[in-house]
Formats: sequence, structure tokens, C-alpha cells
Amino acid sequence: MIRLLALRELRSLFSMPSTWFALAVLQFIFAWFFLARLDAFLEIQPQFAQLANPPGVTITIAAPLFNTAALLLMMLAPMFTMRLIAEERRNQTLTLLLSAPLSSRHIVLGKFFGLLIFLAALMTGVPLMLYTLAFGTALDHGLLLSNMLGLLLLTASYVAVGLYVSALTTQPVIAAIGALAVLVGLWLADIGAAAEDSPWHLISPLNHFQNFNAGLLDSGDAAFFVLFSLFFLLLAMRRIHNNRIYG
Amino acid sequence: MPNATPEITLSARNLSRRFGNRQVIHNVSLELRRGEVLGLLGHNGAGKTTTLQMLTGCLLPDSAEKNGCSIEICGIDLLRRPTLAKAHIGYLPETPPLYRELSVNDYLIFAARLRGMKPGAAAEALIQTRQRCGLDAVGKKIIGTLSKGYQQRVGIAQAIIHRPAVIVLDEPTVGLDPTQIRDIRTLIRELGDSSSVILSTHLLGEVQSVCDRVEIMQHGKLIYGDTSARMQKYGGISGFIISLRNPPPLSELEGIVGVSSVEPLSATQFRVLHAPDTNPSGALLTLAERQGWQLEQLTPLQATLEEVFARITDAGITDGEKNTTGETS
Repeated sequence: MIRLLALRELRSLFSMPSTWFALAVLQFIFAWFFLARLDAFLEIQPQFAQLANPPGVTITIAAPLFNTAALLLMMLAPMFTMRLIAEERRNQTLTLLLSAPLSSRHIVLGKFFGLLIFLAALMTGVPLMLYTLAFGTALDHGLLLSNMLGLLLLTASYVAVGLYVSALTTQPVIAAIGALAVLVGLWLADIGAAAEDSPWHLISPLNHFQNFNAGLLDSGDAAFFVLFSLFFLLLAMRRIHNNRIYG
Repeated sequence: MPNATPEITLSARNLSRRFGNRQVIHNVSLELRRGEVLGLLGHNGAGKTTTLQMLTGCLLPDSAEKNGCSIEICGIDLLRRPTLAKAHIGYLPETPPLYRELSVNDYLIFAARLRGMKPGAAAEALIQTRQRCGLDAVGKKIIGTLSKGYQQRVGIAQAIIHRPAVIVLDEPTVGLDPTQIRDIRTLIRELGDSSSVILSTHLLGEVQSVCDRVEIMQHGKLIYGDTSARMQKYGGISGFIISLRNPPPLSELEGIVGVSSVEPLSATQFRVLHAPDTNPSGALLTLAERQGWQLEQLTPLQATLEEVFARITDAGITDGEKNTTGETS
């Protein structure tokens, strides 16, 4: 059932021209950043050559590119999550799901995985571009993998937040702004907190991505993403269930 | 009539529902057998949609335990085991729940799979349902590009594709043109042969043409329930309006056997009332022809929903606690 709902979500996404437009524009933006990074690396390479232990191509190009993708994703995810439930409610298609033999768990997880797969596909452009470098040089696969995993977990947490906010309202636009407010708010609280041990750093997904970005696999960070996503998914299930109680 | 009474497919007891401080539904009980078409008749805002939402599990009734409220679909408790029970329901809400960006085929397959059909069975059901609802020509079209009539048909198709035992249709003919209304009524009649259908409407004519049984709802209460045939004596006023280009004196019309009263509406138009069990229109026609009254039109009188309400309440049928399923043992 979850798979069925996820596939429906993907089918709907790909049948809209706006999705293809967004995909094209984003690939262009990623490519732009990638080329700019590559350009900067080539310029600075002679100086690196004089160092005893120079930073490799992966850490100078891939890590900043993933970081940019993570930041962009924060703005992007709400644009895609806004439709998930708010639009179903506005178009009254939510009734179809509520009257079908499904629990709120199926509905929420189906939508979550559907969009996660889509966003993951959207982000694959980034590692693909980076792997083209393998034609000319040796890459640090460990760093790339840790970044990809981190980005996937980060995307999951963003989708979970967006899904929950979308479940709260009937207006997709409000859902988008709401989710953006939460995500940017967490990010600003993180970079605004001066103290090293401030609790604000702990609740910001982007902060937990930093270790992955540096190639450090920390089970604590992974656990944070899982718990963070789970928390918002449970809230969303609760909200869908309340739909039956409060109408 | 079949020898054995068909099994009960839906039974709801003591449904109540409030939104905030407003009690919208008061202790509604309903029962439906296989092969029955039940019309839920009432004005806008009478609580029809809310009742149907509760019957389909989209809305929970208030404090189920305290009120002794229960909904059973084919013997499965909808409130305790919703996922099992809902597989037997097909629901068309007021606004058809359509994914406008999908094609008709994709959407219907999705609807069938959603109710737990296997892919092979779903493909087979798609062909049948498409044919039944007259959607063969538009299978590959995107739903958003279809006309309202076709969209309504797709809405009905999604409600019946998994061959549910209980089909719930909320105002299925609203906004359709007369031909489409006729087609859909025929379809509903057909559906009523194999499943149970609940249909909400505010049109008396709809109930008379498709329903076996009627429940009338007002202010969130069921105020009258009976077979559709018996309701017609409330629905159809026994009388007609005639126009005669060359009318005789009033007394001559009143003299026709069976006519109880004649009221002139204009120089050539009369309202003729008669007793419900005799119809003097035949006698009137022969007379008109013989005497050269030049009959122009003869229209049977149709009661409005208000008049039916008024008459039903006047007849003292309501007793506050009226409950059509009172005979349940």
C-alpha cells in the first residue's frame, strides 16, 4: 500500500510540466556551482602543489558543492512538500484516501517515500557530475559516500517537516511558507547561537550534516536525522487521524 | 422477491456528531440490505453529507462507547476494524476525489489497487467498469481535460471498480445535464441489483425514479422512512393543471367523476384536484374531445420537498424519536 501511494505521488509529480521545469533549472544551477568550484580549484592548484600535504580534489570541489546543495534543498523542499496533503485536502481527494482501507500510517509513509525518492533522484545530478572527475583524477569515494548519505538523511528530515506542515493546512502556499519558516528558523538559530555548546546547534539538521560533509560518519548524527524525521512523521499521522475526529 | 431475506450489508446505530457546539447529527440509525437502493433525502445542510462521511469512515461519530453507537459493514465493525471494513465500501463524495493530472485508466487502476485488488483483477475490473460507466472512449485522457459530466462518471467508476458491497453516493447527479442524469440513474439502478446503494439527494424525482426506500433527513434527524412507493402519496399531489382553449363552465369540470375540486388559474387554465386513488384524467380527455374544449396541455402536479415535509409532519408520522430500524431484533 505504501508503495502504491508512493508510486502515485511520483506519477502525479512527473505528469506535471512544472516538475520537469524545476528539474531542468536545478540541474543547471548545480552544474553552474560545480563548474565554478572546478574553475576555482584549477586556479588554485599550482599553489596546492607547493604544499606538503595538499587537500585533494574531492574535498575542495565535492564537499562545498554538497554543502551548497544542502542549503538549496532547504529552500526547495518546501516547494515540493507543500502539495503533499494540503492540495489533496483542497481538491478533496483526501476523502479517497480516508475512505480507502488505509491507516494514517500508510498515507503519511506513502507520501514521504514518494517525495523522498523524487528528491533523491533530483539530487543524483550532484554526485554524477562529481564522478565525471574520475576520468581525470582519483576521487575520495568515502567522502563522496558519506556526503550522499548525509544529503539523503537531510532530505528525509526536510520532507518530514514539510509533510507535517502540509498536513496542517488546506492551502499549499501556506504549507510552503510554514515549512520554509521552520527550516530557515532552525538554520538561523543554529548559525546565530554563538556558544559552542548551545542547544540550538543540536536541533538544527544542517548542523548535523556538517560531519557528513567533512566525511565523518557519526552514528549520533544519523540517529538525529532518523529521530527528527520520525518525530514529524508521527505528528503528521496524528494530524491525519485527527482529520477523522474534527472533520 | 427472493425467498430468503438478503443479508444486511450496512447497519448503523445511534450516530451522533457535533461540530464545536453545534449538534449536527442526532442519533441517526440506518440499515441496508443487499440489493437495496436507499435515498437519503433532505435540504442542503440537513446533515446528509456528514452522515455519509461517518458511514464511510471519513469522520468518526461522537463518543462511540457512551452513545452505544456502532457502524457495521458486512458484519465488520467500522470503528474498531476500519481497514477491513472499508474494503467493502465505495464512496463518491460531493466533489469527486479526482487526481486531475492522471489519465482515467491510471486513476481507476490506482483506486482499485487502493482497495486491495490484485493488479490482474484490477485490470479486468477496469475494462468492465469503464464500459459500465461509458468511459471507454476517454480511457487515455487526462482527467482534468474532461467535461464535468465525464468527471462525475469517473467519480462513480472509482466508487464501484472494486465491486464493493456498499456504495455510497453523495448527490451523484448534481450539475449534470438531463441525458447524463438519466444515464447515471440507470447505472445506479443497475448497481442496486448486486450491491446496496445509499444515495443522498435533495431532488424528490431522483428518489422516486431510483430508490427502493427513502429516509428523509431534517436538522440532523431522520424524520421519515418508508418505501419509495409509499412516500409517493406524500410526494405526488393528486391533481393536474389543464389548459383548455375553449373552456366549459366550471361546474361542468367539477361534475366529472373523481374530481374533488377545480380552481381556475386564468381564463383557460385550471387546477384540478382529485382523490389519490382515482384518476379522472381519462374521463376528462374523452369529454374534452367530445365537447370540443380544445385541450392544450395536461400537467400532473409535482410536490416540492417543502410540501412533502409539511405533509409528513402534518400526518403526525414523526414522534421525535422516530427510528426506521426500530424493528431490529
